[in-house]
Amino acid sequence: MKIAGDDVPLIGITDLSVGFTTRAGVVAPVLRNIGLVVRRGETVGLVGESGSGKSTLALVAMGYLKAGLRVLGGGVRFAGQDMLAGDGVAAIRGGRLALIPQNAGQALTPTIRIGAQIAEALRLHSTLPRADHAARVVELLARVRLPTPGALVTRYPHELSGGQQQRVAIAMALAGEPEALLLDEPTTGLDVTTQAHVLELLRDLAASSGMAMVYVSHDLGAVARVCARVAVMYAGEIVAEGSARQILRTPSHPYARGLIAAIPVLGEARLPVPLDGRPPAPGAVGEGCSFAPRCGLAEAGCLTARGALVPAPGGGVVRCRRADAAVRLPMRRDGALRLALEFDGGGGVLGLDAIAVSYARRSLWDQITRAPRDAAPVVDGITLTLRPGETIGLVGESGSGKSTILKSIAGLIGPLRGSIDLAGVALAPRVAQRDVGVLRRVQLIFQNPDESLNPRQTIAEILAQPLGLYFGLSGAALRARSIELLAQVRLGGHYLDRLPAQLSGGEKQRVAVARAFAADPDVVLCDEVTSALDVSVQAAVLGLLDDLRRERRTACIFVSHDLGVVRALADRVVVLYQGRICESGPADAVYGLPSHPYTEALLGAVLEPDPDHAPRLLAADIVEHGPPARGCAFQNRCHRRLGGICATDAPPAHEIGDGHVIRCHIPPATLAAAQAAP
Amino acid sequence: MLRLVLNRLLLGLVTVALASAIIFGAVEALPGDACVAVLQRDAVGQRLANCRHDLGLDRPALTRYLGWAAGAVQGDLGVSAGSGRPIAALLGERLRNTLLLAGLTLAVGVPLALLLGVLGGLRRDGALDIVLSTGGILAMTIPEFVSATVLIFVFSIWLGWVPGIVVAAPGAPLADFFPGIVLPVAVLTMVMTAHILRTIRSSVIEVMASDFVRMAVLKGVPYARIVWRHALPSALLPAINVIALTIAWLLGGVVVVEKVFNYPGLGRFMIDSITERDLPVVQALALLVASVYVGVNLAADLLTLLLDPRLRTHRAGG
Ligand SMILES: Nc1ncnc2c1ncn2[C@@H]1O[C@H](COP(=O)(O)OP(=O)(O)OP(=O)(O)O)[C@@H](O)[C@H]1O
Ligand code: SF4
Ligand code: SF4
Ligand SMILES: [Mg+2]
Repeated sequence: MKIAGDDVPLIGITDLSVGFTTRAGVVAPVLRNIGLVVRRGETVGLVGESGSGKSTLALVAMGYLKAGLRVLGGGVRFAGQDMLAGDGVAAIRGGRLALIPQNAGQALTPTIRIGAQIAEALRLHSTLPRADHAARVVELLARVRLPTPGALVTRYPHELSGGQQQRVAIAMALAGEPEALLLDEPTTGLDVTTQAHVLELLRDLAASSGMAMVYVSHDLGAVARVCARVAVMYAGEIVAEGSARQILRTPSHPYARGLIAAIPVLGEARLPVPLDGRPPAPGAVGEGCSFAPRCGLAEAGCLTARGALVPAPGGGVVRCRRADAAVRLPMRRDGALRLALEFDGGGGVLGLDAIAVSYARRSLWDQITRAPRDAAPVVDGITLTLRPGETIGLVGESGSGKSTILKSIAGLIGPLRGSIDLAGVALAPRVAQRDVGVLRRVQLIFQNPDESLNPRQTIAEILAQPLGLYFGLSGAALRARSIELLAQVRLGGHYLDRLPAQLSGGEKQRVAVARAFAADPDVVLCDEVTSALDVSVQAAVLGLLDDLRRERRTACIFVSHDLGVVRALADRVVVLYQGRICESGPADAVYGLPSHPYTEALLGAVLEPDPDHAPRLLAADIVEHGPPARGCAFQNRCHRRLGGICATDAPPAHEIGDGHVIRCHIPPATLAAAQAAP
Repeated sequence: MLRLVLNRLLLGLVTVALASAIIFGAVEALPGDACVAVLQRDAVGQRLANCRHDLGLDRPALTRYLGWAAGAVQGDLGVSAGSGRPIAALLGERLRNTLLLAGLTLAVGVPLALLLGVLGGLRRDGALDIVLSTGGILAMTIPEFVSATVLIFVFSIWLGWVPGIVVAAPGAPLADFFPGIVLPVAVLTMVMTAHILRTIRSSVIEVMASDFVRMAVLKGVPYARIVWRHALPSALLPAINVIALTIAWLLGGVVVVEKVFNYPGLGRFMIDSITERDLPVVQALALLVASVYVGVNLAADLLTLLLDPRLRTHRAGG
């Protein structure tokens, strides 16, 4: 083999295994026989569900192992340099090979100004003379398209928004003029519109500078946008690899197909298809194919021998002995079209009338100086009616007041103005003033089951609380009812004696759902209940909520920043910006034309797992810290802004029919015409 | 920022004012008053009335409270019922002595605790860390009078290096307190160091495991600089509050240590005044201790505000 410069891959990982020793003394591999080659200028995506080893692989490419892990075999080279041998590695890290972390907000040092943090990277890795560093920092900040870069250098990380922090992290990585970037979920915590902007920036950087990129993500949409080549990971091994088009369009591994089927789509109100089962824990993989326990195509041979990566029918390589059969599996299996409920003409089960909420605390000083009350509360003018059995989706970016509205319905914060009624009877503003019967009828499910389930209580104890409090159940009756509830969320009775820590994320969230439904509520409030979950688990939880809705006609307010998820579940949709309703109406109408300019921007920014799909970046990528005091809430970012009137007058509500309302100074017909034209 | 500072100051003043009212009320609610306490058996008839008139005890409670509070603001705390001397002067001497003791303890203990805490945290479960953790627990759990007695036995009785007791009068020149002050400082330093060290150790461990430290490693920053520039500024912030509490504890009178070493500071003054039922002095001391607590905590809050950029500006979003 000749060793000419071009033949040495930039990143070469050969037969790499990484693992840890369990307390029982067993070696549990986290990465198994990974082979991955990245050449100069290549963009490679690493996808897979949580725990599949993506981050571990990206970090080990830098020669870094998280505490407790060690290399069991194989090697990692960067441009020929062994990254697992101490010498010379520090010089490469952050210089020729740089990492962009998942959560820049936590990865930037909070006590150092961002200018100084970037300058530090320059000092360590740049050949520029010291005198030019200050100017170069500003140049880098401008290169990642941050506004007013000159003024930003003296800011601290927390003074920037999530998207801006991510850009700073990118600028810092670019300081050493790297030959390759490793990106670990760089846009996962960001809003859709911000994510779309950051991804476009990364694409442009890759195209203009010839940097190689390894892009780690669970989001196939983001990977489709940035990467030319994709490797799918499952249980610590690569199970399929090929061009983005091959993997996303004609995947030949059953797991890859399942992953794609589990992603909700914007086009129609269809429930995504969950993957059954869950991935094995490290060390728990048997001799055969690691996916066999969950695979519909598994045959006897799959259980005995672990396959090698072989050429796949559609191109690329795949670790499946039945790839020929797998490509024939329908991708969108029976993904049921969502059935709409019939609504009888009766009244609503929950009504909100012109609710406004403010978090502004009046300090002692304010009270003495009699400062005026909050002029622009975070949430204002929220009016909606929820009918029995109906699901209303509440969408908007972070800070749009979605959770605030749920909290005020649940009585966790008292509204500043307005009233809430439950089936026509006014609700007391604070939870402490409500009686038990009322509390039972409104239940809240939170984003993170780890925080909402008491880790020291067994599932039986968790379910016993509402059952005892609201229905006075105990003894055998309590147990029977608990088992029934678990069955409804598709968990067996043997889960009763487990602790939350012994459950997977999806199972915990199902317990949280079961606890809410134990109260036999009229209304459940779901706050981003699937955002912490993997797509396949998310699909299962969405299906579960939909079943419960149909069986029990429980009404639901479903809050999410993910427009695809809301599309799958909601009868009606309310779009919020800065705590103001922009658009509301039946889901089909809101997702169709005409759209409020903000809805238009949100829908445009959504990424599809399709290499030919390009997002449209409409709204200006700026961060607002609060609603403007007058005029339209969206005025500062609107791409269709009319001028003075948007800044001075609150936009009127245009009713288009069937309850579809758009609040904008542009008449709906004009919007429709403008949006229909490409 | 300015508003935040003003708010805290205002809150501090209100707290002290409230504390003064509560202290006054509590002393008022005790059976008997200063004259009864001091005159004891003679507290009858004209003598009692005269004494009460002299101390102004015959006026209504509210008038007396306002008078006392107004005096306290101007530094006039009234006169001692026992000695008849102005309380401010008595208090001043003891306060000076307490400040000397606390100042020396802090000067030795804080740098020591910072250094050891950081080293222990960085080399978690290393030999030094294990020694420090065990030693820290011992220092915190052994009562001060036991460690004081042991030190006196070893260093003054057995080795004879330093005196085991302070013989200076409250108003003596500061030089007279040496070298007798060495052992009390040593006892207090041990207890204080143990508390601060523990806080710093766990905060260093936490910060060294944080995302931003890992990021600095992956950026290629050398280890020493990671510790010094990236980790320590965040890791030391929690220490400020613990140090503030320790200062308040030291200034509030370390009763046991002062008693054991016969040190004429605020702690002993407090005990003596209580046994003599010199209520005006007890009242003034309580007010002083309350003010010190509020003041030190206020200072810690403001310092944290100054050092932690995250607290200085309002968080974005919601
Ligand atoms: N320090 C560690 N010690 C032991 N096991 C670990 C350690 N870090 C990670 N693991 C295990 O290794 C596996 C892979 O983890 P890794 O973080 O690489 O997954 P990932 O694909 O990046 O997941 P996510 O999408 O959640 O970030 C998981 O099973 C995890 O529990
Ligand atoms: S090898 Fe067998 S079990 Fe594994 S994915 Fe292919 S068909 Fe399924
Ligand atoms: S009212 Fe004006 S600013 Fe607001 S969405 Fe309509 S056009 Fe844009
Ligand atoms: Mg990860």
